[in-house]
Amino acid sequence: MLSKLGIDSVEELFSDIPVSVRTDGVPIPPGMSEMEVIREVTSMLSANITAYDHPCFMGGGVYHRFIPSAVKAIISRSEFVTSYTPYQAEISQGMLQALFEYQSYVAELTGMEAVNSSNYDAATALGEAATMCHRVNGRRKFLIPQLISCDKRGVLRNYVKGVGMEIVDYAYDPSTGEADMDDLKEKIDGDVGGVYVEVPNFLGVMDRHAAEMKEVIGDALLVVGVDPISLGLLKAPGDYGADIVIGEGQSLGSPMNFGGPLLGLFGCRQELVRKMPGRVIGMTKDAEGKRAFCMTLQTREQHIRRSKATSNICTNEALMAVAAAAYLAIVGRDGLRAVAKSNMANARKLRDALSSVKGVECPVLDAPFFNELPARLPIKPEKMSKVLLRKGIIGGIPLIKHVPEMGDCMLFAATEMTTDNDIERLVEAMEVVV
Amino acid sequence: MSYHQADYDLRLIHEMKGRTDFTLPPVEDGEIPEQLLRTTLDIPNLEENEVVRHYTNLSQMNFGVDNGFYPLGSCTMKYNPKYADVLASLPTVTDVHPAQDEDGVQGSLRLMYELERALAAIAGMDAVSLQPAAGAHGEFTGMLIVKAYHDSMGEERTEVIVPDSAHGTNPASAAMAGFDVIEIPSSPEGRVDLKALEAAVSNRTAALMLTNPNTLGIFEQDILKIAETVHGVGGLLYYDGANLNAVMGRTNPGIMDFDIMHFNLHKTFATPHGGGGPGAGPVAVKAFLEPFLPSPRIVMEDGSYRLVESPQSIGKVRSFHGNFAVLVRAYAYILRCGSDGLKAASERAVLNSNYLLKRLAPAYDMPFGELRKHEFVVSAKRLKEEKGITALDISKRLLDHGTMAPTIYFPSLVEEALMIEPTETESMETLDRFAEAMLFVAKEDVSVVKEAPHNTSVRRVDEVRAAKDLVLSYLRLKRRLKEGLAGMKADGDAKQCSFCATLIGTEKR
Repeated sequence: MLSKLGIDSVEELFSDIPVSVRTDGVPIPPGMSEMEVIREVTSMLSANITAYDHPCFMGGGVYHRFIPSAVKAIISRSEFVTSYTPYQAEISQGMLQALFEYQSYVAELTGMEAVNSSNYDAATALGEAATMCHRVNGRRKFLIPQLISCDKRGVLRNYVKGVGMEIVDYAYDPSTGEADMDDLKEKIDGDVGGVYVEVPNFLGVMDRHAAEMKEVIGDALLVVGVDPISLGLLKAPGDYGADIVIGEGQSLGSPMNFGGPLLGLFGCRQELVRKMPGRVIGMTKDAEGKRAFCMTLQTREQHIRRSKATSNICTNEALMAVAAAAYLAIVGRDGLRAVAKSNMANARKLRDALSSVKGVECPVLDAPFFNELPARLPIKPEKMSKVLLRKGIIGGIPLIKHVPEMGDCMLFAATEMTTDNDIERLVEAMEVVV
Repeated sequence: MSYHQADYDLRLIHEMKGRTDFTLPPVEDGEIPEQLLRTTLDIPNLEENEVVRHYTNLSQMNFGVDNGFYPLGSCTMKYNPKYADVLASLPTVTDVHPAQDEDGVQGSLRLMYELERALAAIAGMDAVSLQPAAGAHGEFTGMLIVKAYHDSMGEERTEVIVPDSAHGTNPASAAMAGFDVIEIPSSPEGRVDLKALEAAVSNRTAALMLTNPNTLGIFEQDILKIAETVHGVGGLLYYDGANLNAVMGRTNPGIMDFDIMHFNLHKTFATPHGGGGPGAGPVAVKAFLEPFLPSPRIVMEDGSYRLVESPQSIGKVRSFHGNFAVLVRAYAYILRCGSDGLKAASERAVLNSNYLLKRLAPAYDMPFGELRKHEFVVSAKRLKEEKGITALDISKRLLDHGTMAPTIYFPSLVEEALMIEPTETESMETLDRFAEAMLFVAKEDVSVVKEAPHNTSVRRVDEVRAAKDLVLSYLRLKRRLKEGLAGMKADGDAKQCSFCATLIGTEKR
């Protein structure tokens, strides 16, 4: 190749780099064989305590769930894995159709006709939802429940900085954990662009007021955050007036992965689609009239609109979206309902078990819950985490960072993976401590 | 031409029917508040076998690096080594909850700590955050850091400058962070126009965003002068790491005097792009900006790793710690390559690029001189004038050769642009085959090229129609069929409704 280029050494190809900015190599150790790499990384990671072989009661948006083996098989197809964004539609119909099917599944679950082909995670989807409200109605306030994960709150704050929106909390009823509707009504004014509510909420409560919220927020947009598994049993937010639905899709066939990649669900009413962030796959036809799919509405996106784009998002979580489609295809309607029911049943068992531990207050909230619930502990929850870990149990989430006034509580989650034996071990371990 | 992509004429999964094989141990029903009770859920029950076939068939109607050459400019579609996937599938990666107590995730934290150090060394920067989920997300994070820094200095700076050749994410990210975007034209040599830059900078300048080499594959030789100009007015210099694959071991953003940057681990560090994502876009900064990096940071104390918050931090840009499974792959790739391997990767990437450029010279114009880094842009302007063949036509015809097409119509300062990035992992034989295909297309019968592709699952896709008659979900289709079927027939265009035919059957069922 050098001779074809008429040069003697590869150095000549770098002659345009001024001497003043040249470096002499990369200051890291020399390379390893593949065998050594696998050994090194495997050994490093072996220090982790995993839900693979320990009971796990941690949730808060990310859950240890059963993933049918076929999901892994499908998303390991290297035609999917090693492809780029499907810019060339004709040679990318497989990915495009799979993503269209993902959008269709999310549409069915949420009642939103327009769904994008993913955001990074629920927190960034919430951030994008808030700024979308601003694009739709130009207003500068976004209302969120006081009960929300501090991660979402922090990300949201950063996402609205650019448009200068103000984030305002509305209170909750401390006895139920549901929205305080009087407080919400008081905070509604002509400046409110959107109102966010989660079903189930951060503490696992299936907030009954969500269904009537649209009626009390005037012409502000209703943004609903969902757990897609719960939508096997819970009403599609589109059926109670949601304008935008977001959520964490990790539960649909993706592992916890120490928090990433996750899958940000994002959908909206069809009328709002041109204000929606992210890539969307549309149905169309080819030159011979055959059904085909392609990326569409690209004129909203950064590579066309540049600084006027609805969002800067480019790389998203497409493979996780395919996993979600494959997951829902495999479990089907009956399976999704079964998973949701199993979660609720195991969470009830967990509640009963926790309430039997002396010194532990559970339930703390008098409201219907889905698959997680807080319990008040007689010792510091952060300390409890470490104690449980020493006994080989991954406990719940200490609430101190998220809901400071419930700093003595821990948020416990159950999923279809939670066994009676797991719950027994948890209770035994807690009884010894308290 | 021997390439023929599979074409299964598949139904949508929502149009299939069956019964599910999926079971769980039976449980008692719980109580759902009546206000929230779902009454219908229109998703099909299907046999697992049918689902696996459906998606396997779909995968065969897709094209990845494992299928063939992928010269998509600015995307660095190098081979994705399989050991990385094996490692990312370990339960110690997949089955760890991000909120677990630090004591239970020492392996993850150590890997991230080591990866941060390696990335800092590669880029000549001082500190790294792995939190951003993608390149554009890293840019947004970087812009928030720019804002936080200027705020801390008591200055309100409102403008971010980008060259017209910049990736679209640059201006979009700056705007998202609330900055006014000032675009400056390139010089006749395809570089930053120093005069235009000098005219654009002021005490309102928060930062300049730049990639080097730029999207034309040209190295910005005046980089230190550029840095001086921006720093001179108190602005910061942001490096878009999308093109880092060109320069590893030869130069780095740190020595080029950049203050902030992002990496695209799914480009430079060989993690698979998954048909659009996941990626990872870590951000690196010089020491004076370290306090502003996203929280939490990872520190090592007495041999164990802890997560700490910094009071000046911009906070979070994403839940949790970043796309960890991607980070594991990138770390494994860096270990495998090491100092020698990374330098060799950039050398070979640049060699491949220049070789391919030379081979295409007979039929395509190369604006802005000859020496390129890892990618280059050719123009099909001459072909358009002489034969009416556009960059779009050429890209579609290349698909018939079983190769991915280059990036087209970017950067916009080149007419009929085809942006080509071969990467280091392609053999000379592959490059020759691609060059021959491009030269062949230039000489081919015009109608064959204009009607391409011929050998892919579908023929040329009507993108205008997709935007005009917007169907983004099966739900939309169902509702529209209910509402507007009559209206569509009244159009007198039976074909317009052809893709609905199967669906109508479904509706009846």
